[in-house]
Amino acid sequence: MKDYDKLILDLAPRKFGKLGQIWVAFLCLIILLAMYAYYQQIDKGLIITGMRDYALWGIYISNFVFFVAISLVGSLVTAILRLSGTHWSTPLTRISEVIAVAAIMMAGLTIILDMGRPERIYNILLHGRLQSPIIWDVLVITTYLVISLLLLYYPLLPDFAILKKHFKEKPFLSKIYDKLSLNWKGSEAQVKIYNNAIRTLSVMIIPIAFTIHTVTAWLFATTYRPGWDSSNFGPYFIAGAFVAGAGAVVVLMYVLRKVYHLEEYITDFHFDKMGKLLVLLCLVYLYFNVNEYLVPAYKTTVEEAAHLEGMFTGDFAPLFWSVIIFGLILPIIVLIFPKGRKPLPLFIIGLIVVVGAWWKRYLIVSPTLLHPFLPVQGVPEEWHFYHPTLLEWMITFGTLAAALLIMTILFRYLPIIPIHETAEEKGFLETHKTEEL
Amino acid sequence: MEKDNKKSRRKFLKLGVKLGAIASIGTVAVAKALDNKDKEEMVELMSTDGSIIQVPASEVQEVAIKPENYNSREGFPNKKFVMVVDLAKCKNALKCQKACNKGHYITGENAWLKVYKMQESEKTAPYFQPTQCQHCDKPPCVKVCPVDATFKRKDGIVLIDNERCIGCRFCMAACPYSIRVFNWNEPNQPEIVHEEEYTPDHCGKPSVKGTVDKCDFCPHETIKGELPFCVKACPNDVFAFGDAYEDAVTNGSGQTFKLSALLKEKAGYRLMESLGTEPSVFYLPPADRLVDFEKGMENFNEFKSVDKIE
Repeated sequence: MKDYDKLILDLAPRKFGKLGQIWVAFLCLIILLAMYAYYQQIDKGLIITGMRDYALWGIYISNFVFFVAISLVGSLVTAILRLSGTHWSTPLTRISEVIAVAAIMMAGLTIILDMGRPERIYNILLHGRLQSPIIWDVLVITTYLVISLLLLYYPLLPDFAILKKHFKEKPFLSKIYDKLSLNWKGSEAQVKIYNNAIRTLSVMIIPIAFTIHTVTAWLFATTYRPGWDSSNFGPYFIAGAFVAGAGAVVVLMYVLRKVYHLEEYITDFHFDKMGKLLVLLCLVYLYFNVNEYLVPAYKTTVEEAAHLEGMFTGDFAPLFWSVIIFGLILPIIVLIFPKGRKPLPLFIIGLIVVVGAWWKRYLIVSPTLLHPFLPVQGVPEEWHFYHPTLLEWMITFGTLAAALLIMTILFRYLPIIPIHETAEEKGFLETHKTEEL
Repeated sequence: MEKDNKKSRRKFLKLGVKLGAIASIGTVAVAKALDNKDKEEMVELMSTDGSIIQVPASEVQEVAIKPENYNSREGFPNKKFVMVVDLAKCKNALKCQKACNKGHYITGENAWLKVYKMQESEKTAPYFQPTQCQHCDKPPCVKVCPVDATFKRKDGIVLIDNERCIGCRFCMAACPYSIRVFNWNEPNQPEIVHEEEYTPDHCGKPSVKGTVDKCDFCPHETIKGELPFCVKACPNDVFAFGDAYEDAVTNGSGQTFKLSALLKEKAGYRLMESLGTEPSVFYLPPADRLVDFEKGMENFNEFKSVDKIE
C-alpha cells in the first residue's frame, strides 16, 4: 500500500522546474527562427537553400531519413522486446514510444518542408500513383503514426485512471485524465481487451516498422545512381535505424533519470542491458556497412569508384571516417566493457551515436548526387558542391527542436515510466486492485 | 492476346495510310487478322521494309491531326517521335542550346540542352555530345512521380504538368541523364510566357517556381509542321527529328533519311542502353569527323549554359 503510493508519487507527471521552463523557451525560440527561415523559403523558393540541380536533395532529406530511422526504436523496444518476454525493458517502453511518435510526426513534416510546392500536397490524394515509392512512403508513414499513437495510448489507459485520482485537487487536469482514461476500471473484461489490443498492436507494428524504413531506403535504391543502386539498402537502413533509435533511448534515459530523479526505476542494470543491446545493433550495422562499401570497392566500376573515392579519400573523407569510427567502431569497443555500460559513459556514447547517425544520413544522400553518370558541366561552379545555407540549417534545427518539444510536452503530462505496468511487475497490485479501483 | 494483336495491328494500319506513313507489318499476321475479309475491296500499301501488302479498304480511315482533337496529355495519335544526333558533325557551335533557351524562355542557370565535352578514356578521342531529355520509352522519371505530373504520351514524348508538380524532385533523382532542371526561384521570364493558356506542351511557358522543367521535344513546333528549335538552329545538321512509325527523320537542312537504314549504316546507339530506359534519342558515333575538336573548345564554357537575358 505504502509502496504503491510512493510509486505513484514518484512517477506521476510533475510541473516543469526552472530548467524545464528555460528548455522549453529555448526550443520555442529555435522553432520560431525556423518558421522565419521557412517563411523566406516559401517567399523566395528553395533558392535559399544550398541545393541545386545536381545536389537536388540535401539536409532536409537526410534529416527526414534520420527521423524515420529514430522512430523505429518504438517498435524495437515496445514490440520486439515486449513480445520476446523481456521484462527489463518495461521502464523504457514509454520513452521509446514517445520518441517514435515525435520522430515520425516530424518525418512527415520534414518531407513537406523539402517540397517545392507544399501547398499542392493534396495532389497526392487527387492524383496519387501507386507505382511511386513516395506514395508507398506516405501510406506506411501514416499507418505507422497511427499504430504508434495507439501503442503509446493503450498502455496509458490504466495510468490515466491512476492520475485522475492522483490529481484530485486539480479538477481540470483530473478531468482531462478522466476523459483520456476511457472509463478504465481495471475490470476483467477491460484488462482482457487491453492486453489483447496491446499484443495485437505489438505484432502489427513490427512489419509496418520494417516497411517504413525499407520504403525510405527504396526512395534511393529504386534509382540508378551509384551509391544508391544497392539491393542491400533496405536491411542496411533498418540496421542503422535500430542503432540510431537505441542511441536516442539511451540519451533520454539518462537525461530523464537525472531530471526527474528516477534512479530507483531506471537503474544501472537498465543501462547495462541497453549498452549490450547497442553493441549488438552496432555489430549488425557494421556488417551491413562492410557489405555496402567494400563489395563495390572491390569491383570499382567507374561510377562506383568516383563515389567511393569521394568517401574514402576525397571531399567527404573526414566526415565519412568520423562517422564510421566514432559512430560505429568506438561504441562497439567502449560498450564491450562493463564499465563502458555505466550510465555516464553510455550516455556519452549514445549522444555520439545519435549525432553520428544524423551525419551518416547526410553521407547517404549528398555524395551520390554529386557524382551523376554524365559530367557536371554548364552550371555555375558552386553547383558542383553542396553547402547547406544558414536558413536551411535553421529549418533543420527547427524540426529537431520541434521533435524534442513534442517529447518534452508528452513527458510533462504522461508518466515517463508506466505506473500500472511497473506496479504489476513489482506485485503491488494484487491486493490493491479490489480496494481502490 | 491474339485478339489484342489483331486490334492493335489494325489500328496501326489505319493511321499509316492517309498520313502517308506506312506501318510495318508482318505479312503472316496480317493474313491471319484479315482472314474473313478477303471478299472486301482491298487497297495496296507499302510497309517499311518496302514490301507491298493488301488491306481491306474498310480498315483504312483518315486520322489527320485536328487541333480541336489534340490533347496535350495524350499527344499526337499514331506517332512515335524520335531524334538522331550525329556526333560526327557536332563542333559545339551551341546554336542548338541558344535556340532552345530562347524558345523556352529559360532564365535559370542550367540549360535543358547541354553539349557535354565527353571522353571515354584518356586513350580515346574527346568529342561533343548534345544531350537533352531522352524521352525514354521506359522513363524512370515517370515511374517515380507520385502525382502523375510528369507523364509519357502516346507519341513518345515525356512532359511535365507544372500546375500539378509538387516539387519533390524524385524525377530528377531518378533520371540517369541528369537532364531535369528545377526552378529554385521565381523565374524572371518575359511577359509573353503568360499570354496563352497554359498547356504542358510548351515547357517554360511559363516556368513555375518550385517545379521541374526539361526538354519537351517541341510538340508546340511539330503541331505547326516545324522542326524542334535545336534541329532548326544547328548549322551542322547534327540533329534529325522524325517519326519512328514513318521510319523517317529530317534534319535542319530539310534532308530526310530512312531512320532504320541510318542507324544501321552508322551504327547508331542510345545512351546507357544497359539501364533499360529505351531512349527515343539515337546517337551516331563520332567517327570520321569533319570537324576539329579543339576548335569546338573555343565555345566551351564549363560553368555556363544559359546567357542572362537583358
